[in-house]
Amino acid sequence: MQKKLYINIDIKRKKDNFMLSAKIQTKGGLTVFFGRSGSGKTTLIDLISGLDTPDSGTITIGDQVLFDAESRINVAPEKRNIGYVFQEGRLFPHLNVKSNLLYARRFINTALDPVMFKTIINLLGLEHLLNRRPSTLSGGEKQRVAIGRALLAEPQLLLMDEPLASLDSERKAEILPFIENLRDHLKTPILYVSHAMDEVIRLADTMVLLDQGSVIAQGEVGDLMSRLDLRPMTGRYDAGAVLSVQITAHDTEYGLTELSFSDHKLMIPHIDLPIGAHLRVRIRARDVSLSTSKPIQTSILNVFEAKIIEISPDGSSQSEILLDMGSPLIARITRKSIVELNMKVGDTIYAMVKAAAIDRHSLGFGGTRVRHTN
Amino acid sequence: MFALTPFEIGAIELSLKVAGLALLGCLPMGLLVAWVLVRCDFYGKSLLNGFIHLPLVLPPVVVGYLLLVLFGKQGALGRWLWATFEVSIAFSWKGAAVAAGIMAFPLMVRSVRLSLELVDTGLEDAARTLGASPKWVFITVTLPLILPGLLTGTILTFARCLGEFGATITFVSNIPGETQTLPLALYSLTQAPDGDLGALRLVVISVVISLAALIASESLSRRINNRLR
Repeated sequence: MQKKLYINIDIKRKKDNFMLSAKIQTKGGLTVFFGRSGSGKTTLIDLISGLDTPDSGTITIGDQVLFDAESRINVAPEKRNIGYVFQEGRLFPHLNVKSNLLYARRFINTALDPVMFKTIINLLGLEHLLNRRPSTLSGGEKQRVAIGRALLAEPQLLLMDEPLASLDSERKAEILPFIENLRDHLKTPILYVSHAMDEVIRLADTMVLLDQGSVIAQGEVGDLMSRLDLRPMTGRYDAGAVLSVQITAHDTEYGLTELSFSDHKLMIPHIDLPIGAHLRVRIRARDVSLSTSKPIQTSILNVFEAKIIEISPDGSSQSEILLDMGSPLIARITRKSIVELNMKVGDTIYAMVKAAAIDRHSLGFGGTRVRHTN
Repeated sequence: MFALTPFEIGAIELSLKVAGLALLGCLPMGLLVAWVLVRCDFYGKSLLNGFIHLPLVLPPVVVGYLLLVLFGKQGALGRWLWATFEVSIAFSWKGAAVAAGIMAFPLMVRSVRLSLELVDTGLEDAARTLGASPKWVFITVTLPLILPGLLTGTILTFARCLGEFGATITFVSNIPGETQTLPLALYSLTQAPDGDLGALRLVVISVVISLAALIASESLSRRINNRLR
């Protein structure tokens, strides 16, 4: 079960020409700090870990004060009990994998629970690596060892700084399930830094949007993804509404899988998961097209009746339209179409989603925590 | 047969004793100074750096003479040492160790510094997030990673101490059994009319000791580097 561990951050930090000013509240689970490079994500978790010191403000975890500028409290990093998985792994080159994993145990008085050791080793698939040297490991293996090393310190909070950034897409696909496993099976809350939307979709419960050192928005992933005003931040071309769905049927004849969400069904190319499994699906705005009359003969399998909630006031040739069909959906169409079809807020419209457009990168597993916004 | 004479054994023992003591002083001091030079930023850092490297560029006689002026019975430090500890290092083997240590010190600092500059401070940060205090970070991460540099520094320092001549003879003179190390003994023999054979024997001994030290360090550093690869 998720332990509800509230993390309260309200800090300022000036560094050269950069000013970070963040007020953040999270309550367990996996929180992604999302933003472009240079938005202050890494600075933020460095400050939480204690490796960097804020100029002012407070950091508390549960009822424990880690930093308070006014009462001059600044707990040393080694006493914060916060695990940190760095972008580049940072394994100790002079120790083998097992010694790396057990490094933190030298500083912990209680003996390591062998069951816990086994669990983490299995969760991360490390048993065959224990006697290897870090230099002989692949990038993905290094990152798994780094995660295991941080977890075996039994941290109250785990920080992950773009742990997948230095990996190619194959290695990424290899690690993502491990991180999903951690999220679903360990009670340790995770703060995860990322600038990749597919990681957010797959992993995040909540999300903090950062830009140029400031927090732009924070909340549930599904909520933030359906806000048109955040489009420039969440990715103009790659992003879209996020739906929480359940697999209800497989169509073996045509190789399709049926997903259900708030009284609707969505057909997508077959995915190899059991009926009843919960998923998160991102429907990219550019893959949604609109029609003012009900399309009858069309190659598109997924047609939803929806209401126009908002049309983004966008000066460019394309606009985004936020729709409500029991769940939010975003469409991206040309401004010319909007004018020619005379679309207005409040109109009922038919949204078409191309099944073939939904690929593996749009799916997040075990994502039962995104709630519907209706 | 190459049996060592008591004279030769005395010189070897004294040399090892002097070099050993000098090394014992250079190791912790060298670590500290190298660490300060690499990790700290302060006003006058380049001055400290220059001062430490002086023995490398000054004529050894100058260093020896300065030591004599400072630590002699009339010297400022010498008088203080005598008054507080009743110790005098001038004209004793301890003085020879001080002279050798000061001459070799820059070599130790340079080796340690080079390897310390290569240590990724990110690894030290990682260790801290894993519960290690700064002291333990140094012992469990930094020290093992600079071991190759420390080893090179040790060998260079030791060899330099064994060979120290100019500063030693100026500071503590050439007293058989007290300050007459291998090079000084060799020098004395070259000055004696029938010392050729004795001198040659000391040359062979010096070569053997130095070579043994080099080979030992080579194999040791290979083993350490294999561990770090």
